[in-house]
Amino acid sequence: MAEWEPVVGLEIHVQLKTRTKMFCRCANAYATEPNTHTCPVCLAFPGALPTPNETAIEWTLKLGLALGCDIAPRALFHRKHYPYPDLPKGYQISQYDEPLCVNGSFVVPGDDGDLEVGIVRAHLEEDAAKTIHVGGATGRIVGAAHSNIDFNRGGTPLVEIVTRPDIHSPEQARRFLQLLRQTIVELGISDAEMEKGQLRADANVSVRERSEAGYRTRTELKNMNSFSHIARGIDAEVRRQIATWESGGQVVQQTLDYEVKSDTVTPRRRKEEADDYRYFPEPDLVPIEPDADLLERLRAELPESPGTRIRALVADVGFDQAVDLVATGNEHKARLLVENGLDWPTAANVAMNQLAAIDPLPENGPALVAIIEQRDAITREALMASFADSAAGPLDAEAVLAEQVVADTSELEPLVERVLADSPGQVAAYKGGKQGLLGYFVGQVMKETQGKADPRVVNELVRTKLG
Amino acid sequence: MIDTLRLTAEKAKGMLERKEVSGAELRAAYREAIDARDGELHCFLTLVDEDESDGVPIALKDVISTKGIQTTAGSRILEGYVPVFDSTVAERCKAAGLQLLGKTNTDEFAMGSSTENSAFGPSKNPWDPTRVPGGSGGGSAAAVSAGMAPWALGSDTGGSIKQPSSLCGNVGLRPTYGTVSRFGIVAFASSLDQVGPVTKTVRDNALLYGIISGRDECDSTTVDVPHVELPESDDLRGLRVGVPKELNEAEGIEPGVTEAVRRAIDLCSELGAEVGECELPRSVEYGLACYYLVAPAEASSNLARYDGVRYALRREADGYYEMVSRTRDAGFGDEPKRRIMLGTYALSAGYYEAYYGQAQKVRTVISREFAAAFERFDVLVSPTSPTVAFKLGEKSDNPLAMYLADVLTIPPNMAGLPGLSIPCGLSGGLPVGLQLIGPQFSENTLFRAGHALERAIGFDVVPERLR
Repeated sequence: MAEWEPVVGLEIHVQLKTRTKMFCRCANAYATEPNTHTCPVCLAFPGALPTPNETAIEWTLKLGLALGCDIAPRALFHRKHYPYPDLPKGYQISQYDEPLCVNGSFVVPGDDGDLEVGIVRAHLEEDAAKTIHVGGATGRIVGAAHSNIDFNRGGTPLVEIVTRPDIHSPEQARRFLQLLRQTIVELGISDAEMEKGQLRADANVSVRERSEAGYRTRTELKNMNSFSHIARGIDAEVRRQIATWESGGQVVQQTLDYEVKSDTVTPRRRKEEADDYRYFPEPDLVPIEPDADLLERLRAELPESPGTRIRALVADVGFDQAVDLVATGNEHKARLLVENGLDWPTAANVAMNQLAAIDPLPENGPALVAIIEQRDAITREALMASFADSAAGPLDAEAVLAEQVVADTSELEPLVERVLADSPGQVAAYKGGKQGLLGYFVGQVMKETQGKADPRVVNELVRTKLG
Repeated sequence: MIDTLRLTAEKAKGMLERKEVSGAELRAAYREAIDARDGELHCFLTLVDEDESDGVPIALKDVISTKGIQTTAGSRILEGYVPVFDSTVAERCKAAGLQLLGKTNTDEFAMGSSTENSAFGPSKNPWDPTRVPGGSGGGSAAAVSAGMAPWALGSDTGGSIKQPSSLCGNVGLRPTYGTVSRFGIVAFASSLDQVGPVTKTVRDNALLYGIISGRDECDSTTVDVPHVELPESDDLRGLRVGVPKELNEAEGIEPGVTEAVRRAIDLCSELGAEVGECELPRSVEYGLACYYLVAPAEASSNLARYDGVRYALRREADGYYEMVSRTRDAGFGDEPKRRIMLGTYALSAGYYEAYYGQAQKVRTVISREFAAAFERFDVLVSPTSPTVAFKLGEKSDNPLAMYLADVLTIPPNMAGLPGLSIPCGLSGGLPVGLQLIGPQFSENTLFRAGHALERAIGFDVVPERLR
């Protein structure tokens, strides 16, 4: 049996969080009321002309630099034509053969070595509006009674990133996207939340035998809105393609939707876009010639790449933890704890668990560490509450510990005795073999202390008392 | 009694300033002329009954968006469309106190050389109502010529200001590309469209150009413009005038036209200019062909927005594509349909390089050829139109013959150069136009040369039959 290798390239769209849209001054913001962020330009009234958003251009350059791209000395906007109701001009202003950023690479560390994913290009374009199909069972155009269009999203800035087919497993695709997302968030150019559509990814998938040099026919996989769905979708499509080839069939080039429930891919029924976009340079806009000083400044502002940071952390926390820390943005929390005397494994653990949801972290590092060192004596809820409270004022470790911790056995012992005395029936049942009741007694004691006791200490005490 | 046939805008301005006449009286005089003559000449598509401004009246070609006033571009597809915003030029006219008389007739989407392509019927030439006023801006030119407006704005893509000015005995300027904002101008071919003044005198033309020109933040292709000087000088001393052989000897130039232009060239020498010959072989040989690739290609893109979804005409149907198809079939006349097809073809995959791409390269060649001529000369002269006004219906069944009406105005347009047409005499009782072409941003030079020649020629701008 042949050994198959998946070959995956990704196409990622990122919504930039600029204040205004890409080519007009309408707010680039979510609105509940449809068609409230619109103007003659983004509704394509006769004679309306685009004027480019300088911030969006700057942010695209910044992202391009973070992806190690070459910045074009002269870039062009092109018109990309296709007829669709949510595309009011009949064309999208996009970039074609002279994009802002080309030829980059993004390192995704792996436990068996680094994967270098080539970046073909990163370009800037405008998003389409949103069509809402009314009256159909599926919410799709087929069977709908009519369609409404909300132009609030129309014309908002979108960056498209295209990778080379350098990814060879669903897991690599997931990790690439996680680290890319983290980079985007750190650059401050998008919140990149997939569930809100701020980050969207399609995958070009093919397979080949390990010995093969060329590529086989690829398919385009869409409709995946989380990292895990992307990994599962790629996995499903790879399995389908291998099965197709092994059964003597042919993989045909097509666009597929991944259906999460059934874990299968289905071909798109209707071809929604024409093949020929009739690109030509947008005559309403002048070429972009990025200024050397600007690029210098942007380069100086770049955070260190996730790959480098992961490599630096491996020795301290191991590979998996290093990836998790960087990909989730919890790395700086662990670093703060370490700087204040905590060891790396503990700091990493705490940052990924107790502190994961706490943003921003209280600034008083020593106090933070003092409290965390006592974390076994405090419940998770109490710990989080104390950090949340600290938003009001500086974090005072002594006060928090005095209020929250009831770890002293001498204080707990009478409580345990009282709980046991109050529950003679349960005590008898426990002694009769119902070991599961231990949790009940512990729970009662915890309730009495309003959650301030260390459950492990209580557990031990109850067990001893019940002998 | 105000003689609107002879009153220049400059004089009207003076009379208003000296309070010899009120804005309302001026308006009434022009309305009277419109009531008397527009029934026959059909220059206006929409009349404006009152305006907040009370300065010198003006008429605007109906491709120029006017807030609250119907703007049709001569097309059924925009019938009843009322813009919610002013074009920049309309706004600048308002800011200068100019009061709007109405919107003038045009070939549909400015595509044509006779106004016979207007969906609302052709305009007639005031010198001979059995003849066309030229186009596409025939409505503006005929209105100025027949004393129905002291001046007007047109738009020029291949010759739509210069050619009708020539046929109606007016002064028309197609300014340097980028000097006048296109914001709010119903787009035909974006890399060529340019708004400019149609007037009775060169000084009026300079006045109006001064009002409308200059950088506009709503149009990225605009630039700062040199201060506009009102021409004073009666001579052409120190001016080097070039006579491009091909533009003056092109096939199809009527003998009467050549004769009138020849006399004007002789006058240049008499006025002290240095006159010499030059050559523009490729500009004339390839200009028209090149234009008929670039302009339809851009038009096919610009007209894609008329889909019946957001404004103006909609023909209902069961589905989106069917609705769009029926709307466009009903809304567009033959000429826009012809150019949409030509343009779509020229931009299609596999043809782009051979057609649109190649045409853009030829544009560069044309620009270089003109630049070389301007190393030796300050101004180039030629006929504006190869013929005087032709009969209604004479060319309307032969698109190619109609396209040739612009053979002399197109080459400088392809290079983005300014061109001024001034009347230089009569041929068979009909006006002949002299085209003065200068390098980019040389409007002041063109005004100076035009003014001196205008004085020396002494052309009577009032059509003989109306005197």
